[in-house]
Amino acid sequence: MVKVEGLDKLLAEHPFFQGMDDASRKTLAGCARNERFDAGDYIAHEGKPAERFYFMRAGTVALEFHVPGQDGLVIETLHDGDVFGWSWMVPPYEWAYDIRAVELTRVISLEATCLRKKLKKDDALGFELYSRFVPVMAKRLYSARQQLTDMYGKS
Amino acid sequence: MSTSDGSQARVIEASRLDSLLKALRKSGYKTIGPKARDGAVVLEEIASAEELPLGLVDDQEPGAYRLSKAKKPAYFDFTHGSQTWKRYLFPAKEKLWTAHKTDNGFEVQSEVDAPKYAFIGVRACELAAIQIQDKVFVDGEHTSTGYKARRDKALIVALNCRRAGGTCFCASMNAGPKVKDGFDLALTELTKKDSHVFLVEAGSDRGAKILARLDGRVAEDADFKAAKKAVNKAAKSMGRDMAQDAAKIVADNLESPRWQDIAKRCLDCANCTLVCPTCFCNTTTDTTSLDGQTAERWRQWDSCFTLDFSYIHGGAIRRDGAQRYRQWMSHKLSTWHDQFGVSGCVGCGRCITWCPVGIDITAEVRAMTPKTK
Amino acid sequence: MSTQPKLDPMTPVPFTIARRAQELKDTFTVELSPASDGGFAFEPGQFNMLYAFGVGEVPISISGDPANPAKLVHTVRNVGAVTDALSKLKKGAEIGVRGPFGSPWPVTEAEGNDVVIIAGGIGLAPLRPAIEHVLANRSKYGRFVVLYGARSPADVLYMKQLQSWRGRLDTYVDVTVDHAGRDWAGNVGVVTRLIGRANFDVHHAKVFVCGPELMMRFTIKELSDLGVAQDDIYVSMERNMKCAVGHCGHCQFGGHFICKDGPVFPYARIENLMQVRGL
Repeated sequence: MVKVEGLDKLLAEHPFFQGMDDASRKTLAGCARNERFDAGDYIAHEGKPAERFYFMRAGTVALEFHVPGQDGLVIETLHDGDVFGWSWMVPPYEWAYDIRAVELTRVISLEATCLRKKLKKDDALGFELYSRFVPVMAKRLYSARQQLTDMYGKS
Repeated sequence: MSTSDGSQARVIEASRLDSLLKALRKSGYKTIGPKARDGAVVLEEIASAEELPLGLVDDQEPGAYRLSKAKKPAYFDFTHGSQTWKRYLFPAKEKLWTAHKTDNGFEVQSEVDAPKYAFIGVRACELAAIQIQDKVFVDGEHTSTGYKARRDKALIVALNCRRAGGTCFCASMNAGPKVKDGFDLALTELTKKDSHVFLVEAGSDRGAKILARLDGRVAEDADFKAAKKAVNKAAKSMGRDMAQDAAKIVADNLESPRWQDIAKRCLDCANCTLVCPTCFCNTTTDTTSLDGQTAERWRQWDSCFTLDFSYIHGGAIRRDGAQRYRQWMSHKLSTWHDQFGVSGCVGCGRCITWCPVGIDITAEVRAMTPKTK
Repeated sequence: MSTQPKLDPMTPVPFTIARRAQELKDTFTVELSPASDGGFAFEPGQFNMLYAFGVGEVPISISGDPANPAKLVHTVRNVGAVTDALSKLKKGAEIGVRGPFGSPWPVTEAEGNDVVIIAGGIGLAPLRPAIEHVLANRSKYGRFVVLYGARSPADVLYMKQLQSWRGRLDTYVDVTVDHAGRDWAGNVGVVTRLIGRANFDVHHAKVFVCGPELMMRFTIKELSDLGVAQDDIYVSMERNMKCAVGHCGHCQFGGHFICKDGPVFPYARIENLMQVRGL
């Protein structure tokens, strides 16, 4: 088991936490865990309880929709430095997609119950987390909308 | 003042104007000139001076055109009608080539139709417009074979206006009313109490040769003075003018709400592009014979006011009337400078007269001009 | 230099189809043989007007190797009457050719810089000659990056070549699709997302972008956010084209004729025009 100081160091290396004050980050590191997935492992399944917030250190994951009669439909691949799994913030706290590791992938994950408890106690911590997260969502929404235009399709 | 060649000027009796046409026709020219028909002045082949619209004068204003009898009969006191010389140099429909099917493919034979024209009564604005179309079709990277063939053969008998039309503004466009250069012969009609003559000046060797065959006396200072006076009268009596910085005003106001205002009035009828002597937009059409053995390519006039004009897969780029009107006006007054080094407008006023709702581009430029110091 | 005789620019010259290959469901490539031995010289980014007998003409970029003028290659997407007629022609049939027209990708000005190629959909076809040129003169350039986005794995153009370019140790190639099945090993997502991960010097790169105008707009935004200067970005614009010689007025974009002032433009020159809707 990696000590909290070691996890804090890993969090500090991840682009998401750039500029976050040490105290806040250390508090979050208290909910953290270093994880590894092999190629083909499913990290999450659509509809299951969303209990962790993931920060990718290295590797590739695919966001998939299960389509009856087909092997999953991949709608996005994420890479080093990306973030996923924010369904823990939004009731009913369930995964929106299947998430599969495409290759060997290393992540730091934060546990949801632990996070929610800490955020309730400390408003400033909540602000630190959400203010970093909103731009991530905005960029992802923008990219998803670009994909929606089907701009290469037959016009 | 004198012409390009002071010794090459004569004065002929107006009653002898026909000798000019005869001389041209004898030299093999198809003489095209103004003629009154259906209540307007049109440009058609004329065999003699009798067919010219003697004694007719026009009344032009935004959205209106009328011909009436003049108090003092002259040949050329009307200004112009809806037609322009581009009808002949850049015909509305022109066959470019014919292709015939062969065993594996096809063979192409290009075609050029180039009659020998003499244009009678080309106004300064019209001559300037022809020179502008030369820049488009001849002086660019590629030359239009047909246009150049017709243009090289065309003999131009220009006409210095002594009367400004109701919508004219060539003076402010520096395109008239006096013809500058590029003509073979230039006429100025001079009427006095008891005389009716034409000052005929040669502007080229070709013109001088024709001039030499006409009966008339050598032009004197008094004639040149009278001509200058007459043309100056036209220059000073124009009823409108174009802002000198129109190009900049339009370029700076591409997103002005004025375009929407114009679009409420504009019918997208494309009249302005059809009557404008410099508008050159055209399209190519490909046709086949019923048996599929022969194909032809034709070029025909087109207009940026059609929805089709800017169509690429998916739809038209200029989807609403305001965008299309902006394209026409900003091209004519602004981007034309970037493309050809001159304005696309010669101030003839046709677009104002023949617009069914009377849109006046000089007024629209003024409306867009910011009212600041 | 081509030994084609100087022709009336509106008259097409018949070229024979030497080879024809289907690339994708709706996209095919023809290799044309010129009638004369001189071959068909062109610069990367230029286009020809291709004529299908009795049907009509369309502008299609040249997508062959500029160092090999003996073969005139065009990749065509079947989207209308003329391209459909062209798609039905077999080896040995003739296609009318007028050209080459237009401004090229600035491959010479790009020497000494990193070169980044960003293509979307059929946009890879007009960029292929630029890619071939850079690879043939590899030592004159810095880092070489090729990024490509397509609709789905079945719509990836020139897949084998992308793989062989990627196989070169001196070229970075990344491909993404808008959606895929599980058997796709590459990226899924919009092509702009590939840019941040590619390794090139934003201050010393020339970026060539070609694809649907919407894709080019997103790409330019991403590049600008990363610090690439506007005059280091080049785009290939498209408008309705009829004559291709600057005589018909159809392809005007502001004061530019796409057929002769373009189709390739430095973005800095047209940035203000792209902001005006329906220009």
